[in-house]
Amino acid sequence: MTVHTVGSRRVIRAACAAAQEAGLHVGMALAQAQALVPNLHVAEAAADEDEASLRELARWAIGYSPVVALDPPDGLWIDIAGVAHLFGSEEELLSDLTSRLTRQGLAAKAAVADAPGAAWAVARYGAGGVVPTGRMVDAVATLSIRALRIAPDKLNALHRLGIERIGQLAAMPRAPLVRRFGCDVALRLDQALGHAFEPIMPLIPKEAPVASRAFAEPVARLEDLKGVLLRLAKDLCRQLDRRGEGVRRLDLIFQRVDQKSACLRVGTARANRDAAHLARLFDERLQTIDPGFGIEEMVLVASKVEPLSETQIHARSLGEEDIGEADMGPLVDRLGARIGMRRVYRLAPVQSLVPERMARRIPALAPPTGSVWPENLPRPTRLLDPPEPVVATALLPDHPPAFFVWRKVRHKVAKADGPERITPEWWNGDKSSFARDYYRVETEQGGRFWIFRDAPTAEGGRWWMHGFFS
Amino acid sequence: MNPGQQDRLADLRLQIARYEGGSQKTKPLPFGLRALDDHLPGGGLARGALHEMIEAGLASEFAGSTTLFTAGIAARLKGPVLWCLTRRDLFAPGLLRAGLHPDRVIYAEANREREILPLIEEGLREKGLAAVVGEVTRMSLIASRRLQLAAEATGVTALVIRRWWTLAEKDLVHLPTAAVTRWRIAPTPSELMPAPGLGRERWHVELLRCRGAEPRTWILEACDAKGCLALPADLADRSDQAADRRAAAS
Repeated sequence: MTVHTVGSRRVIRAACAAAQEAGLHVGMALAQAQALVPNLHVAEAAADEDEASLRELARWAIGYSPVVALDPPDGLWIDIAGVAHLFGSEEELLSDLTSRLTRQGLAAKAAVADAPGAAWAVARYGAGGVVPTGRMVDAVATLSIRALRIAPDKLNALHRLGIERIGQLAAMPRAPLVRRFGCDVALRLDQALGHAFEPIMPLIPKEAPVASRAFAEPVARLEDLKGVLLRLAKDLCRQLDRRGEGVRRLDLIFQRVDQKSACLRVGTARANRDAAHLARLFDERLQTIDPGFGIEEMVLVASKVEPLSETQIHARSLGEEDIGEADMGPLVDRLGARIGMRRVYRLAPVQSLVPERMARRIPALAPPTGSVWPENLPRPTRLLDPPEPVVATALLPDHPPAFFVWRKVRHKVAKADGPERITPEWWNGDKSSFARDYYRVETEQGGRFWIFRDAPTAEGGRWWMHGFFS
Repeated sequence: MNPGQQDRLADLRLQIARYEGGSQKTKPLPFGLRALDDHLPGGGLARGALHEMIEAGLASEFAGSTTLFTAGIAARLKGPVLWCLTRRDLFAPGLLRAGLHPDRVIYAEANREREILPLIEEGLREKGLAAVVGEVTRMSLIASRRLQLAAEATGVTALVIRRWWTLAEKDLVHLPTAAVTRWRIAPTPSELMPAPGLGRERWHVELLRCRGAEPRTWILEACDAKGCLALPADLADRSDQAADRRAAAS
């Protein structure tokens, strides 16, 4: 719990979860708090340090989206328009964000909504999570009016009138509301309901290389944007060249005439400062930008850079002569810009015999592992995950099946090979022990399947279809 | 034919070759089987061209044989391979059976079916790749022509595996495309072993369509650890009348 001085009183500025449980809340006098909880641990609030660490957190959050803004004392805005697909979906982005914050030891609550005001309200006073497009009014209406970010005296006045929920406030006639409480209450209400626009001023890291261009006349044509983008990229690359750095992540921010901003983000798999290549990464998604009445300013920020010296560039261009050593960096970047860097990968062998665990994903440009799976194991080319149950009949216990029924089709087995017993890795101390007996079977028509029995016949093993050779 | 006419004929041939563009520049990839290589124009599978693979037989929606057939071709080409897929049923250890080392394969996983063709094209525009493998359900004539042109321009071989889940989608594979060759692979019963067990897989490989060659059918043994197909030992010495008859009947 931290305390600060307001006038002559010592007031609680922030309280941890345990303190809130004990009945303390922000704004309570210290004397009252100490009366409630006798041995209270009190620390002096350090507003500067709080803001510095919030700024630090904001810089970390730039990993999610280029447009991150501070919301002192304890909030962050992250504009995820145009970047959610890189994480799969908005839900996945949100769960990734909160779980990573929790792992850092920060209690965090997050919400996604169409308007910043609504997200603010749902994150602080609602259940959090993703508010579906168009459902914002429903999500906000039941929340307390404290979720509106209005001054405490006006809040008290509203309470006296018996208005507790945002829905009640929204139902009131507009003119008397403005006359009685002033414009800001109405404005906050509109912002929470998404009727009024609220600008987010992005925080640009000071040390990041930036290239920007403001236009005398608003620009809207796609070709013009492409041209400007290329010039910005050249600008940026010149700066990077001087600093001996290459881009790992690039953000393009558009400022529209109507003060709205849009942003695009691309990542590169390896540090790069080839202007034409970097500009090309935006090609595909540039057309998704809605220029509205025109774009006033374009800013290109290299939000993540890595050292890249001259020699590395030369070494790579030489490599192109040898096909085996060709540089896949640009290709991986372009694919990553289309579908997200996480979906471009290589598979590396894992020391395991359980089919589902035999491979793990590694970054596409990771150095060659050189390791392979054991070569003499016959493995199918397609795996059915999860395995599907099969009704099979074996002539003798622990023999391969004589025929089996899979997906309502009866297959007669002509030849078979097996069993090959697969058990979990004992060296991992895996508690879930199972033993699968795998058989390769060939049906009369020649189709080859990989089926297994999850226990010996005597123990009531069932049959499963797991893979396809042909 | 007098010498003047012959010169003019040679000149015309040269002109046609020029119009046909990049596909003729590089030497085709031989299968290492005389039966196939003698039949295919140029003595092998054209590099820098679009090839289409279709699975037939049981469980054809899983494309088990076609995957191995395609991996075998990709393994015999030199360089990295881009594998574009939408479903997660590919089992990488199985590709090793055809000699495709995991370090050589970069996977690009698309969320939706319509994202896959742009990914393939993006790969085909990259000169350093050996081949791009794409698992595709819908491929229109225009889309395939675009892929073919991209492949011709860079010399990267495009190998498209046709996938489907429903019968309606399965019918789509019969629609015409601009692919240079179209193959249909179906498993057939393998050689009977003297003891219980399984021998090498055997495929019924049909060349359904090929620019510059007749359709043809072979019975072949599946890819070995180097990606090479083989003629079955018990069929190798027989004349291929049976194959001809089958081709005529189909």
